[in-house]
Amino acid sequence: MKNKTRILIVDDEKIVRESLLHWFEEEGYEVDTAEDAEAALRTIDKGKYELMLVDMKMPGMSGLELLDKVKEIDKDTIFILITAFASVPTAIKALKNGAYDYITKPIDPDELAHIVEKAIHQRALRQENEQLKDNIDEIIKPDNLIGESRQMIKIFDLINTVAQTDTTVMIRGESGTGKELVAKAIHINSKRKYFPIVTVNCGALAETLLESELFGHEKGAFTGAHYKRKGKFEMADGGTIFLDEIGTVSPKMQIELLRVIETKQFTRVGGNENIKSDFRVIAATNEPLENLLKEGKFREDLYYRLNVFTIFLPPLRERRDDIPVLAYYFMNKFNGAMNKNIKNISNEAMDFLVNYSWPGNVRELENAIERALVVGRGDSIKIEDLPFHVTPNNRIDDDGDKSLESMEKRHIMNVLEMNNWNISKSAEALQIDRVTLYNKINKYGFRKS
Amino acid sequence: MNFFIAPVEFSNVSVLHSIVKNISGIFKDKVSVISLPVNTAAAFSRDRGQYFSTQLIADAIKLTSGYDGKVLMLVEFDLFVPVFTYVFGEAQLNGKHSIVSVCRLHEEFYSGKTNDKLFIDRTIKEILHELGHNMGLIHCRSWDCVMHSSQGVEEIDIKGQFYCPDCMEILSNNGFKDSFVALPAD
Ligand SMILES: [Zn+2]
Ligand SMILES: [Zn+2]
Repeated sequence: MKNKTRILIVDDEKIVRESLLHWFEEEGYEVDTAEDAEAALRTIDKGKYELMLVDMKMPGMSGLELLDKVKEIDKDTIFILITAFASVPTAIKALKNGAYDYITKPIDPDELAHIVEKAIHQRALRQENEQLKDNIDEIIKPDNLIGESRQMIKIFDLINTVAQTDTTVMIRGESGTGKELVAKAIHINSKRKYFPIVTVNCGALAETLLESELFGHEKGAFTGAHYKRKGKFEMADGGTIFLDEIGTVSPKMQIELLRVIETKQFTRVGGNENIKSDFRVIAATNEPLENLLKEGKFREDLYYRLNVFTIFLPPLRERRDDIPVLAYYFMNKFNGAMNKNIKNISNEAMDFLVNYSWPGNVRELENAIERALVVGRGDSIKIEDLPFHVTPNNRIDDDGDKSLESMEKRHIMNVLEMNNWNISKSAEALQIDRVTLYNKINKYGFRKS
Repeated sequence: MNFFIAPVEFSNVSVLHSIVKNISGIFKDKVSVISLPVNTAAAFSRDRGQYFSTQLIADAIKLTSGYDGKVLMLVEFDLFVPVFTYVFGEAQLNGKHSIVSVCRLHEEFYSGKTNDKLFIDRTIKEILHELGHNMGLIHCRSWDCVMHSSQGVEEIDIKGQFYCPDCMEILSNNGFKDSFVALPAD
């Protein structure tokens, strides 16, 4: 029941030492304090303190210097820095040097509790998984999660690291960037791979349905509940639950989610049996949760529970290096599925693919290639095969589409051609500013021939 | 064990009444309301617009040698400890004094809607929580326990209204076996 983690607080201010000491004692930790870095070093032995909370600015040796010394003595010590706002850049530097995290003064008690719990938890997992790590050299990637760009290699690294822990993961990125694929990759590379990964699209269900979907229901719990049904949390026992579009969950459900994530216990709708389930949570969102937090639409506590380890998926337009690899990958995939034998992608078509803005990301690229294979003749994908109203001459076909957007497209393209792609002149003629014009060129995938 | 509640600049009399009524139902010994002339002005931080809880406790210690039992200050203003942005309350671990602020327990603070029952429930929980620290309890992992640490008001709502069996056992080892008559009223 009690937490016996040993913590050392290093701060030259007595009031800070005392209030932190008091706070940690209430939390049930074993705590010592030191008034400066030298005093701290005198008490440190390998393994004596699991966690150190250190003020960045102290007379004599700074927190940063202490960090280096501590890492030499015991690299496993979790090092958390206390900073003033002004020293945040230095704190970020400290993260690179192996500090676990930093916290700014005055400290938010919630934040401190979360950081400390998270750190201790991760440390335990890291130790538990030390041997396991050696066995996994190459990460298993599901279909479509491919790329050779610097960004994607970083992401494969993150997937690999987090898969070996049981940490809650938050995946963020625009629609179509492959969030579900990342969740699957984490699952199949984890020790939970022999158990199910259960996906819930939180945005697709009304609150009452979501509740019975997640927690299950007893027979007769509500009209239409003719049978007892297991909920997704129950089905995910031993495995992973993937909560997609978490930002859409109602305030009431957020409380329930928080509770079930915390306790790993719940009851079915209309039931009173306490059900336990051992699941790992991976959540995803394409909305900036921070905005929802500010608007009060998303609970801060749930946010912190979910945001333990975050993976940001870049939009396709920010990793254009991957477009050729992906395009060829999809071409081969659909060749197989459609029994076709298209061998390559013309330079012109590739040029277009690489420069287009891809608002729908990888999914949009996949659809574009699929369409190209459906309509394409011959043995290569040509620019005419792509599902955009663009010809090699950059003329927009008047295909009878009278929507405002397609008229706008045609009009902008004509003005650009008339002005020989002089952006300033074209913008002037269109009576919009240059940035707006650039955005539109990008949005419609126009390019100069 | 006698229990003294010291409202400090606490203007809402009807709230005070329901709190005392509730607490009296929980304790076997006497629950009394006392008046303490603590120097709140000295504990006020102009920069932060909050009151330094440790200092208020220090002040209360000087004024309460005549009271035999636990003394809890109940305040409406927001509390802080210099290193922290705010605290719900503070207690001397294994001590005699504690303080609880109801400032952040108001439901209208969060949802914009007043909910008196919820407000009283939260206040009772936080009083029992700080008092638990006085009686030697540290934070408890069980969500059913009032000693669960609350990182935010929603966690106060989730946690239980009384000490869990494990914590009760510690209380009994610490000599508070016969302090309570009943669980708090629902
Ligand atoms: Zn506490
Ligand atoms: Zn307990």
